[in-house]
Amino acid sequence: MTDTELRVSKIQNGTVIDHVSAGEALHVLSLLGIDGTEGTPMSLGMNVPSDRLGRKDVVKVEGRELSDSEAEVLSLIAPEATINIIRDYDVVDKRRVERPEEVGGVLVCPNRECITNAGEPVEPTFAVLEDGLRCEYCGELIREDITAHLRN
Amino acid sequence: MRHDHLLTAKQLSRADIETVLDRAAAFDDNPAAAGERYADELLALCFFEPSTRTKMSFETAAKRLGGDVVDMGSVESSSVKKGESLADTVRVVEGYADGIVLRHPKQGAAKMASEHVDVPVVNAGDGAGHHPSQTLLDLYTIREHAGLDDISIGIMGDLKYGRTVHSLAHALTNFDVRQHFVSPESLQLPRSVRYDLHEAGAQVQEHESLDAVLPNLDVLYVTRIQRERFPDEDEYEAVAGEYSITPETLDAAKDDLAVMHPLPRVDEIAAAVDETENATYFEQAHNGVPVRMALLDLLLDDD
Repeated sequence: MTDTELRVSKIQNGTVIDHVSAGEALHVLSLLGIDGTEGTPMSLGMNVPSDRLGRKDVVKVEGRELSDSEAEVLSLIAPEATINIIRDYDVVDKRRVERPEEVGGVLVCPNRECITNAGEPVEPTFAVLEDGLRCEYCGELIREDITAHLRN
Repeated sequence: MRHDHLLTAKQLSRADIETVLDRAAAFDDNPAAAGERYADELLALCFFEPSTRTKMSFETAAKRLGGDVVDMGSVESSSVKKGESLADTVRVVEGYADGIVLRHPKQGAAKMASEHVDVPVVNAGDGAGHHPSQTLLDLYTIREHAGLDDISIGIMGDLKYGRTVHSLAHALTNFDVRQHFVSPESLQLPRSVRYDLHEAGAQVQEHESLDAVLPNLDVLYVTRIQRERFPDEDEYEAVAGEYSITPETLDAAKDDLAVMHPLPRVDEIAAAVDETENATYFEQAHNGVPVRMALLDLLLDDD
């Protein structure tokens, strides 16, 4: 067990998100819709030493396994992250996040005049660009602060 | 052209555009060229916003091809008033017609509609998004007057919300065209269109005044600046006056400058300009019929 892992307690069932870019852990929690009021046990390490990244953040969430769509958005704010799914204290799945070609279902288009904000049966979908996201319906660009557009 | 729908001008290659324009030219020469090939075809007109030219020219085009139209009528008289979704509306209309022409106030509406139906959808305007069939008739008109390569075009007015501008700018990136955008700062091109023009490597310059660039232009495409875009009447009047065209304005232009406008105009082109050789906007509107005939011919053809 490394010094880094010692800083935050082990979890029984849930997700450990490791190698999050330093300073992005709070955005990851925002992505997961966790603000601490849910009562979910959760540990956070920020700016801890990392061989690979120099400094990194680590997020451990009890009782919650990251969905594929959440993992896709995670890749946009923490491209180096690894996701560890924990069951009964064991890592049952470990994977690097992969940058998808498009993401759907997790973000809301910031353009109020977009058809995806009009109460129609359509899932907001975004093409992943080198430097941001683009709504597949109205073409609106999201180039900064992606987490501000997460669906509540 | 092998497309199921016409949703944005971005989807059109140069070859696609030339195919439509060449076929439009054939219909222009001989409106009966399609014969009765479309005698059993019905085109649905679903206009959730007012329209005169676009709707009537699609109707004329369908009828000139030997087909007919079914018209949803105004929103006030339709099920939309009862809260029906667009997705449901187009799924119902799909059962009545062989193609759907859709105008809707929300951006991306035509794309969403196209995902719910198996018949071709033509985007006839989606809010401040796109208006690709207008662009095809604009290109047809530009080709007739100036050709589509090695030309300079000025695009002036409301560049931010003007869907005809957005579609035209995208389409022109297929050609050797220098694009000059002229507008007040508050109505400059939206970020998404700039992004695409940059990605396409387009030759683009932006100006707040027409004066410096006018003498170099082969085409001047004027659009309406709408009152509701401005916080107060005085500001609107000041800006609108600065971006309007009179016969005197044209003294500084090339003799064969083509002045275009998607219409309706209010006072951004003075009526006196109609009498000049430069006035091209009514011819442009007339071109809507052969161009939309060509477009329907390509989209509805099952072969």
